[in-house]
Parts: sequence; structure tokens; C-alpha cells
Amino acid sequence: MSLALDIVTITAVSAGAFFFLAGTVGLLRFPDTLTRLHALTKADNVGLGLVVLGLLPQAGSLRGGFKLICVWLLVLAAGATVSQLIARAALASGAGGKRGHSTVRAARHDGPPT
Amino acid sequence: MTEFMTAALGFILAMLGLGLIRVLRGPDDADRMMAAQLIGTGGIAALLLLGGVTGVPATVDVALTLALLATFASIAFVKKDGANAPESPESR
Repeated sequence: MSLALDIVTITAVSAGAFFFLAGTVGLLRFPDTLTRLHALTKADNVGLGLVVLGLLPQAGSLRGGFKLICVWLLVLAAGATVSQLIARAALASGAGGKRGHSTVRAARHDGPPT
Repeated sequence: MTEFMTAALGFILAMLGLGLIRVLRGPDDADRMMAAQLIGTGGIAALLLLGGVTGVPATVDVALTLALLATFASIAFVKKDGANAPESPESR
């Protein structure tokens, strides 16, 4: 049983670390602000969620595990809100980059492409 | 298990260090703020792993506080940035 829990921990934390790697690479390599925001806010929250999932078997008590989940939920809600706010600020200051700027503007005015 | 979690902790910290390159290169303030948000999220993951390694339960509270602080830092950035933006009249 302990071995199974350890395997769950190793698998989930490794996957979480991989998502952090993906988020960082996206932040460094993507061409403009909005694509970087896209890479960062999704990959990081999934990475944190997988790390929390991996730590749950090691939490020891039900209360400790519940607290870990609460941390993740708070980060999820905050990350979703903040990513929208940052995207709006980047658009308003015209710093979305040429491609991201024009495509998002077009989508906002004409609706999604069909 | 402790060794593995320490290794994962070091790896995530290395990712945060790489994210600092984006703070250095910019080009926009929003990019730098995103790197700060990466440090917030990754710092929370690192703190939770540290709590698993050391067995100190208070690290979870520190992670919660960091989550709040990272959020408010981003909101402060947006409010400052939106003060002179034409599209957000509600910020005046």
C-alpha cells in the first residue's frame, strides 16, 4: 500500500515538474505577450495541481490534504482572474505584439472565426 | 521519497530561475509581471514540496500567504497600468 502511494506521488510530482518546464519554456520561447500568457497561466496551474495531487498521499491527515487542495483552488481562481486582467492590460497598452494584437482585436469585433 | 521530493523541489526552483530571464528581456511590463506570476505559482509548489520534505505543516500556511501576495501584486500592476488606459474607465 505504501509502495502504491509512493508510486502515485512520484508519477504525479514528475508530471507536475514537466508542466512547470513546459510553462517556463513557453514563457521564454513564445513570440508575443498573449501567447506567453497562454502558455504560462495554463501550464503552471496544471503543474501545481499535479504537485498537490502527488503530495496528497504524503499529507498524513485528512485536514492536511484538504488544506493542500484549498491552496490549489485558491491559486486556480486567482490565476484565472489575473490572466484575464493582465491580458486586458496588455491589449489596452497595445503591447500584445503584432500578431496577437490583430487576431484578438479581430476576434473581439467580429466574433470567433467560423 | 525525501530524496525524490528534494530533487523535484530543486528542478522547480531551477525553472523559476530560468523564468527570471523573461524579467530581464522584457520587452513589455506585462511580460515581466507574468514572470512574477510564474514565480508565485512555482514558489507555492516549491513550498508545498518543502513541507512534504521537512514535515513542517506551517509551510502550507506560507504557501497560502504567497498565493494571496502574488495575486495582489498582479492586481496592483493592472490597476497601475489601467490608470492611463483608454479602455478601462472603471479604474478611474
